[in-house]
Amino acid sequence: MSTTTDATVPMVELRGVHKWFGDAHVLRGIDLVVPKGTVCVVLGPSGSGKSTALRCINQLEEIGAGRVILNGELMGYREGVRGGRPTLYRLHPKAIAHQRAEVGMVFQRFNLFPHMTALGNVVEAQVQVLRRGKDEARSRAVDMLRRVGLDDRMEHYPAQLSGGQQQRVAIARALAMDPELMLFDEPTSALDPELVGEVLAVMRDLAASGMTMIVVTHEIGFAREVADQVVFMADGVVVEQGTPDEVLGSPREARTRDFLSRVL
Amino acid sequence: MSSPTGSDATTPGREPERIHAVPVRYPGRWVAAAVVAVIAAMAVHGLITNPRFAWPTVGKYLFATPVLQGVLWTLALTVGSMVIAVVLAVLLAVMRGSDNPVTRAVSWFYIWVFRGTPIYTQLVFWGLISVLYPKISLGVPFGPEWLSFTTKDLVTAFRGALLGLALNEAAYLAEIVRAGLQSVDRGQHEAARALGMKEGTILRRVVLPQAMRVIVPPTGNETISMLKTTSLVLAVPFTLDLNYATSAVGNRIFQPVPLLIVAAFWYLLVTSVLMVGQYYLERYYGRGFDVHKVNAGPQGPRRGRAARQAAINAAHTTPEPTPLDEMGGGLHNPGGVQ
Ligand SMILES: Nc1ncnc2c1ncn2[C@@H]1O[C@H](COP(=O)(O)OP(=O)(O)OP(=O)(O)O)[C@@H](O)[C@H]1O
Ligand SMILES: [Mg+2]
Repeated sequence: MSTTTDATVPMVELRGVHKWFGDAHVLRGIDLVVPKGTVCVVLGPSGSGKSTALRCINQLEEIGAGRVILNGELMGYREGVRGGRPTLYRLHPKAIAHQRAEVGMVFQRFNLFPHMTALGNVVEAQVQVLRRGKDEARSRAVDMLRRVGLDDRMEHYPAQLSGGQQQRVAIARALAMDPELMLFDEPTSALDPELVGEVLAVMRDLAASGMTMIVVTHEIGFAREVADQVVFMADGVVVEQGTPDEVLGSPREARTRDFLSRVL
Repeated sequence: MSSPTGSDATTPGREPERIHAVPVRYPGRWVAAAVVAVIAAMAVHGLITNPRFAWPTVGKYLFATPVLQGVLWTLALTVGSMVIAVVLAVLLAVMRGSDNPVTRAVSWFYIWVFRGTPIYTQLVFWGLISVLYPKISLGVPFGPEWLSFTTKDLVTAFRGALLGLALNEAAYLAEIVRAGLQSVDRGQHEAARALGMKEGTILRRVVLPQAMRVIVPPTGNETISMLKTTSLVLAVPFTLDLNYATSAVGNRIFQPVPLLIVAAFWYLLVTSVLMVGQYYLERYYGRGFDVHKVNAGPQGPRRGRAARQAAINAAHTTPEPTPLDEMGGGLHNPGGVQ
């Protein structure tokens, strides 16, 4: 692993990332740098490519052009030389799975494993991916569930939990893998309004603990309070980026202003 | 409420007046129940008092050694062939859904052949395998051989029957498994991938256990159907199963009917035991789905039940009528059906 604890190396860097789905050009050259220990909030209208950008970071989607670099390590490829020219070699799916384990992801629809209890959900990948022993994985899972305030719900199945509780289990499940980076794709969009607060509170704590996070959300209040950097995307490009004050307070671009006037 | 007196009933401090209406009477229901009960009683009476059923003979042979051995052989064929078929079916279903066009085509072809030809024909074929291929050898394809067997020793009547039943069943189960795998939400696969799980692990730990909820009910039906399909193994010919054993006794003592009843009794009993097993399997794989809902999330039970139904429908679990169905599982030699 070429990963590093050097704080000057960004946690994640996207350089000119493009993505095509067939003929649809969905990402058109995304450049983004997220320094270690910072929170980046991504805003943008539906279909602008926010989810796709997140999914390219942890290689759930294979990118069409550009580079994704996680903590100094190229994602999905190995650099080599072929016939005297620098060439990229696609990594074996197992190696990609290994890289992916360093990045936690939280989905809009939770995607908990419904046939496992909350505890089982948090234990599973620790055992299967990190090869932790049952006891170690279990005690780590208990810690994580306590951290998200669910230590009294460990033996519940997802169907027995509220949406907010399910999403907190999903966060605990990702955290138990000791990720370097956490990706959140509209984590509160599927929740009833009164349940949004409990999930945002967990995310706020996580940010305060120094976790590097990229959060796609429409919660402008959260962005203002927690983000170090706000990125506004539209039609597969980054239209505007800067501090929350810059982008949310005095947006330069007309499209940003237009979008903000509709979500605020 | 639009009722003019409705507001009255909800005035605070006043107990609402409970309705004690006289229920509607349905005399038709009582008549129907009486008619059905009388017909049923007549049928049972006729069954018991008709001397042609020879109940004493039924009692005499119900626990006879060849009959009990027949039950065990039939059970062995049923369980053995279903186990092999399930493993093969998962393999076929995964091949069918893979990115590799060759494995996809092979799986499709397998299902096409084994579902499209009668099981009876297939069993006769497995019986003839030692004539068609007298020797089977292991070695480099088209190259030298390391090990070779005489087919007759390798594929005994029992193994031929087991193989024939399993290979045929796998084709049906493959479709059931495929429908089950497809019923699992894509998000499950995504979440597992995002956690760094490998494809094999995802299938084994995340997708299959959820697909089982859809796979188990039709597979239970298939198992019960298989129990009776085993009576066709005389095509191989394998002649120790329950159907053949009872029919042999019946022919020997010139009383086919009581032995028919003996066979029916055992098939029914085993079916009942299988149904109990199916109930517990369904309960096991339904865990986390059938629990009481505190809050209907995006993966509510409705979705699950709808998906299950869709999978069952898509799986074509009712096979085309086999010669067995046309014979009504009878004692008559089905040799003519070929
Ligand atoms: N697997 C796919 N195949 C084809 N097109 C896709 C696929 N996934 C996404 N797209 C398209 O890519 C574009 C960007 O989608 P994406 O989901 O990234 O948008 P988004 O910004 O996350 O939107 P939303 O706010 O609705 O979640 C959309 O036009 C979508 O239709
Ligand atoms: Mg999205």
